[in-house]
Amino acid sequence: MASSLLSPSFTSFIHTKDLSLSTFPSQRCHKVVSRRISCSVATPQRQPSTTGSVKTAMTMTEKILARASEKAQLSPGDNVWVNVDILMTHDVCGPGSIGIFKKEFGEDAKVWDREKVVIIPDHYIFTSDERANRNVDILRDFCHEQNIKYFYDIKDLSNFKANPDYKGVCHIALAQEGHCRPGEVLLGTDSHTCTAGAFGQFATGIGNTDAGFVLGTGKLLLKAPPTLRFVMDGEMPSYLLSKDLILQIIGEISVAGATYKSMEFVGTTVESLNMEERMTLCNMVVEAGGKNGVVPADSTTFKYLEGKTSLPYEPVYSDQQARFLSEYRFDVSKLEPLVAKPHSPDNRALARECKDVKIDRVYIGSCTGGKTEDFMAAAKVFLASGKKVKVPTFLVPATQKVWMDVYSIPVPGSGGKTCSQIFEEAGCDTPASPSCGACLGGPKDTYARMNEPMVCVSTTNRNFPGRMGHKEGQIYLASPYTAAASALTGYVTDPREFLQ
Amino acid sequence: MHQHPPIVKEGTMALFSATTFVTVPRNLAFASSNKLSFSSSSSRLLSFTTSQPNPGISVTFHTPRAHAPSSSSSSATFHGLCYVVGDNIDTDQIIPAEYLTLVPSKPDEYEKLGSYALVGLPATYSTRFVDAGETKTKYAIVIGGANFGCGSSREHAPVALGASGAAAVVAESYARIFFRNSVATGEVYPLESESRLCEECRTGDVVTIELGESRLINHTTGKEYRLKPIGDAGPVIEAGGIFAYARKTGMIPSR
Repeated sequence: MASSLLSPSFTSFIHTKDLSLSTFPSQRCHKVVSRRISCSVATPQRQPSTTGSVKTAMTMTEKILARASEKAQLSPGDNVWVNVDILMTHDVCGPGSIGIFKKEFGEDAKVWDREKVVIIPDHYIFTSDERANRNVDILRDFCHEQNIKYFYDIKDLSNFKANPDYKGVCHIALAQEGHCRPGEVLLGTDSHTCTAGAFGQFATGIGNTDAGFVLGTGKLLLKAPPTLRFVMDGEMPSYLLSKDLILQIIGEISVAGATYKSMEFVGTTVESLNMEERMTLCNMVVEAGGKNGVVPADSTTFKYLEGKTSLPYEPVYSDQQARFLSEYRFDVSKLEPLVAKPHSPDNRALARECKDVKIDRVYIGSCTGGKTEDFMAAAKVFLASGKKVKVPTFLVPATQKVWMDVYSIPVPGSGGKTCSQIFEEAGCDTPASPSCGACLGGPKDTYARMNEPMVCVSTTNRNFPGRMGHKEGQIYLASPYTAAASALTGYVTDPREFLQ
Repeated sequence: MHQHPPIVKEGTMALFSATTFVTVPRNLAFASSNKLSFSSSSSRLLSFTTSQPNPGISVTFHTPRAHAPSSSSSSATFHGLCYVVGDNIDTDQIIPAEYLTLVPSKPDEYEKLGSYALVGLPATYSTRFVDAGETKTKYAIVIGGANFGCGSSREHAPVALGASGAAAVVAESYARIFFRNSVATGEVYPLESESRLCEECRTGDVVTIELGESRLINHTTGKEYRLKPIGDAGPVIEAGGIFAYARKTGMIPSR
């Protein structure tokens, strides 16, 4: 890999140079990169044709896959064997992936790289379900046997804080622990692995069999997807979050609109988003059928990564002449808060159009809507209203770090109150132990699982029948702003009622 | 509440350009000539867990399975009752998340997964795919609409269908990961129809799929329908998944 050829001290300062190079439509072989020079400003602005290094312009996703397959270039539709930088698995699919790995490669086989396999128990943790508990034990045994470097274990289920290694929701933990790096390939046995595309990398979900294959070989045969480009410009209104943007897009292109395709998010609005908001955007590309989502890495990305990873990385960017299957443009300043009505993420409606929908509960959590910024957003609405919630409001921080943030970071304009204090004053349920929680239902005793046919406004990602537990449950997907506003009224509510 | 509210504020979004420059074939080309070296410590060969044959379902292979496996001209046929579902059948409906504690690579849990296949369908489906108390389905073929298998990446979904004894799904289109997992595991043939068969067939109709002819025959109605060729994915599924196929074709050492 190119990254391994670079010096370990490769930091964000050097990315500035790389950025300046990469913004030109030049496709560079990684061996050229390894002979990098230290100039940072006066990069010659040659046309690609004069460098001789570019034959075909490529998108970000094509470039990442080309580099990972050790090819100078590739085109959408090409099937290539890709070297995997990180393979992530969790308690739901890990045991099955391990089973296939052992069956196919032998009981004594070793994983291809003990430092590139990241194992994160997160789905069914705080449950008395014996099989769920056993599955975490299987992960632990495997990690010990294989000396896996990154295993975020939990043993004491009664108090997650007694488990310093435990993180929580894998996609958020991957980012927080520095496993997401621009230009790399990250595969995971979870459809929301695409979240990591926020870091300008290729990230997608795979099944157990493919994961078993990667465990043994470090490679996977992937088809290079064509790219849909979403250009979002305009100032983000104060009442919108990136959840609204992705619900807008999915509503536009449908739950199958990006099937087999990559979704690239660019534009001034995207550039203004923090990393967690970019993660929300990429997180839900799979709800449009997308193979992966990408946001070009920039100074926001590099700043987030400071101190999180010591490994060198090299971002890539779409060439100016790169071909996109379609390009969609949005004026974000004109959008309004949205929901996805039951039972499909593309069943888009304006939040204000659903103001007569009476709800039974609100859920704030998951890889989509359980990050620190999501809780800060919800707290902002509660703070602005000064009122109490009218329906049970469940809060499930994605990770232990998010949980600590909820209990420690002062909310701006609150006079120093933390999210947890604001939530308590608003009458919300106490923030629960970090995990995937009730986003996908799970075992019957899962906290906040919908065991009755209720109506829920949720910051999660899917609202297909039965998703949060009960088949007749109705889930309205919404941003943390809209979820908090709805909690305050007991109806689906446009957050402008409280934020303006 | 409106049923279908394509509420788009005028001018908030415009299709800037939509020039198609490439047709993406849906079939994965597993018959790649790329060479990979595998660090396979050879030990005992464990075959893929396969379901017990169901008396109501007949699966016939006319392809000489030991030879020419890279040929996509399989002439397998599947015959039996069909079970019809609609559009966007997501993985939670195929196998609800509460059953994901079952590990597909453990034979007894594999069987249990089969008993829960399609149990997440809403109550509007009055006929169960697998009868209560049974582990196998009496339906050989699932017929669906668009975007079958959307949602999560859980391989439990094609495994549950395969473990229940179903041989094939015929849908208008598939979500990517479900298609891939179906091929990788060899659990079930994810076949695409040229027309909307979920509106042409009814649960309980007797159908035959002739893979080599890319044809589905509904004996109950007497109609025939074209299917899209399964292509290079066919031999992979027929072999029993990517590992079995790779061993069969010499991509990785057999043992």
